[in-house]
Amino acid sequence: MTVRIIDRRFDSKHKSSVNRGRFIDRFKGQIRKAVSDAINKRGIRDLDNGEKIGIPGKDIAEPQFQHGQGGVWETVRPGNDRFSTGDQVERPKGGGAGQGKGQASPDGEGLDEFLFTLTKEEFLDIFFDELALPNLIKQQLAHIEQYRRVRAGYTQNGVPTNINLTRTMRGAAGRRIAVGGPYAAQLRALLIELGEKETLLAEDDPELEHLRREIARLHAKMDKVPFVDTFDLRYNNRIRVPQPSTQAVMFCLLDVSGSMDEERKNIAKRFFMLLYLFLTRNYERIEVVFIRHHTVANEVDEDEFFTSRESGGTVVSSALALMYKIIDKRYPSSIWNIYGAQASDGDNWNNDSSHCRDLLEQKLLPLTQYFAYIEITDGPAQNLWDEYAKLETAHANHFAMRRIATVADIYPVFRDLFKRQQV
Amino acid sequence: MANEHGPALPLGSEWTFAAVEKYDQAIGRVAADFELDTYPHVLEMISAEQMMDAYASIGMPVYYHHWSFGKHFLATENRYKRGQMGLAYEIVINSDPCIAYLMEENTLPMQALVIAHAAYGHNSFFKGNHLFKQWTSADAIVDYLVFAKQYIAQCEERYGVDTVARMLDACHALMNLGVDRFKRSPRLSLDKETLRQHERANYLQAQVNDLWRTLPPRLEADQAEQEVRFPAEPEENLLYFIEKNAPLLEPWQREVVRIVRKIEQYFYPQRQTQVMNEGWACFWHYTLLNTLYDQGALSDGFMLEILQSHTNVVYQPPYSSPYYSGINPYALGFSMWRDIRRICEHPTAEDREWFPDIAGSNWRKTFEFAMQNFKDESFIAQYLSPQLMRDFRLFSVLDDDVRDKLHIQAIHDDSGYRALRHQLSDQYNLGSREPNIQVWNVDLRGDRSLTLRHFAQLRRPLDDSSKAVLEHVAYLWGFTVRLEGEDAHGKVSLIAERMREKRSGRTAAGP
Repeated sequence: MTVRIIDRRFDSKHKSSVNRGRFIDRFKGQIRKAVSDAINKRGIRDLDNGEKIGIPGKDIAEPQFQHGQGGVWETVRPGNDRFSTGDQVERPKGGGAGQGKGQASPDGEGLDEFLFTLTKEEFLDIFFDELALPNLIKQQLAHIEQYRRVRAGYTQNGVPTNINLTRTMRGAAGRRIAVGGPYAAQLRALLIELGEKETLLAEDDPELEHLRREIARLHAKMDKVPFVDTFDLRYNNRIRVPQPSTQAVMFCLLDVSGSMDEERKNIAKRFFMLLYLFLTRNYERIEVVFIRHHTVANEVDEDEFFTSRESGGTVVSSALALMYKIIDKRYPSSIWNIYGAQASDGDNWNNDSSHCRDLLEQKLLPLTQYFAYIEITDGPAQNLWDEYAKLETAHANHFAMRRIATVADIYPVFRDLFKRQQV
Repeated sequence: MANEHGPALPLGSEWTFAAVEKYDQAIGRVAADFELDTYPHVLEMISAEQMMDAYASIGMPVYYHHWSFGKHFLATENRYKRGQMGLAYEIVINSDPCIAYLMEENTLPMQALVIAHAAYGHNSFFKGNHLFKQWTSADAIVDYLVFAKQYIAQCEERYGVDTVARMLDACHALMNLGVDRFKRSPRLSLDKETLRQHERANYLQAQVNDLWRTLPPRLEADQAEQEVRFPAEPEENLLYFIEKNAPLLEPWQREVVRIVRKIEQYFYPQRQTQVMNEGWACFWHYTLLNTLYDQGALSDGFMLEILQSHTNVVYQPPYSSPYYSGINPYALGFSMWRDIRRICEHPTAEDREWFPDIAGSNWRKTFEFAMQNFKDESFIAQYLSPQLMRDFRLFSVLDDDVRDKLHIQAIHDDSGYRALRHQLSDQYNLGSREPNIQVWNVDLRGDRSLTLRHFAQLRRPLDDSSKAVLEHVAYLWGFTVRLEGEDAHGKVSLIAERMREKRSGRTAAGP
């Protein structure tokens, strides 16, 4: 007998993912809470990994009719090392001595907590579930400014370059047959009659003459049916289909003046990372522009952005002005979704803060989908905060600002900033 | 390596398809020498993830989707990744041809072990044991599972995943009470099922409607019918009763009930023959591989690895060990089959007294008879020998909740053997392990409420989850559902009640 050995290792991978997904959907509430607890506990830069979480076992129990504790149970056990028939023994602590099988949970995990590991995708899905950038939907549905032209059948009018020859000629041929048909039938009849009479009658018989005239008249009529009429013309039709923009650019504005210490920069970094992570879920293509500033602003790469440190004063408006310049030059707002995230300790030259507000209000906010400002400080509010605060109510939909003090504050801020808004 | 039985078998721990095939042939040759009767088999090589998946969906190659399988998958995966458990030793499908899964992570000796265990051991048990012959149709089960999966998927498309999941939840809760313990199950087949399914749905709906007809009955008939109980006899198969009689279920819902019921019925023999079946498979992998070793076909290192796995599997921790979690069916089964062979081949005076029929008989004949005609309960009652009870140092503990202390009822001595054997046998009686709950009555003329009755044995109560189960019963039944308990003296008391407004979909808790 030859054996059949089938290699199944490569088919139906992730067969379990449907069941797995069903489980996660069903207990989304509990899982979301567990995920949120887990995030509050750990460093946010780990967001990109899966997460081991536990949810209450009783919520996911699958009940069956079972015996409970109590009544009479006699069980046979192995390994007798001290008992004789008739011995009486104290019940062991924790009860359950007489219980048969089936009392422990079927998973052997006990009923306290059901532990399992979410993959990165599942984890992030839950994490982002309730989040969406404000105006995101609005932008995609209402303010679309990009269109794609697609074919949509044929029309009867259009420009000559769009004439569809096949369709046009097919229509013309049909029309010619339809219009010329009665003449053609008469013509055939007359030709037959003529053929018969030509053999019987003399060549100059008036009846033959009449027939020939009639035939010529019919030919003339048929010739008058146009080969192509304007009525036959068909044009390829093209319509404009709105094309949602799937690219976004994110501006990270960071204050690197002497007052921003390492810890504050780390907080800012996590704030940017979260925004970036979130954008990757919503856009196919994302570009990130890093702008750091003290008294002057420059565009830098990511490494330099977080590592280098300058000292000296702070002119925040320099960064905003640079951001506007870059948008103007490289990221037209008609095809880019623009997001801004600014982190600072709130320190600014006094007379510059109002300038910042004007820049933001008049130039940047009209172009951006969303602009978020975090002030990393535990001290009293500085003048920049006061100026920005004036914008907050007027632009509540796409401007937000928060003050945070520690790493632990980031996640709540993030949730708050990007909480889904009703459109 | 001297070997008179053909070329030497491949060495090393890495397996190849060619090597696996050679081992399969060698094991098959030895099995044929022992006249082991099996279905033809197919070996399927799968990955760890696929093994976990099969494990989660009760070992079947195709199965319908349900969140609970996802839950089991996640639990298995979590424990596997934490190293708390090895994966299932083997998974083998009772089908014709028999399908045995080999996991790619296993070493070559492990593959050989699994082939001997599953593809020859379990396989011959599936083919020979009367319960499997009677209850399951090995040639049709995979087809039926395909049908079930397709049908459930269709239902999900039409009625929504959540609605179908709700239905399956309810059915799963009653799964244990969805088997016919005494009637024979009809054969399953994909073609027949698909063909008859539609017809059955219409017919069933008509039947049910007749049962609940609202035409006014004639007066004189009414009096008489008041007295008639429905069902006339209590019904033990809750799912069957619901499928046939629940007034408000849609036809597709009845079909779902039927699917869950049929599949559970298929597994019923496995639940009844765990000790015998696992023991049988262990006996045969042990015997077949040792025979190969004796013939010189296996190297010492190879055999040591096999024996190491083998002893792990058949280890029985004593009651006081932290690893103790009841009697290990592999250990008990393996020892019993070994013991029966010993009694046949080298009986002692004690064996001749206890087992006059088999002492000194042909062990293969005795094995076939025992394998074919018993289930765990009767197998233990028939073949558990005093020698084995001594080896296991068995003792029996009585835990009576009205007494302060535990009582040692019997130990492995002359006066205790029979009591121990009886007690252990009863421990494998599904009837006494699981609560006995039956459909008692339906109030046909009144509020259409359904009454279930729990017949308490030895004052054992139901645990709290029974209230949640009753919720599921109420969902299926559509009207008020009651659970009563009847104790040994025939005293009946209400355990729980779920009120349900007709068609409102809301339930209210009773006491």
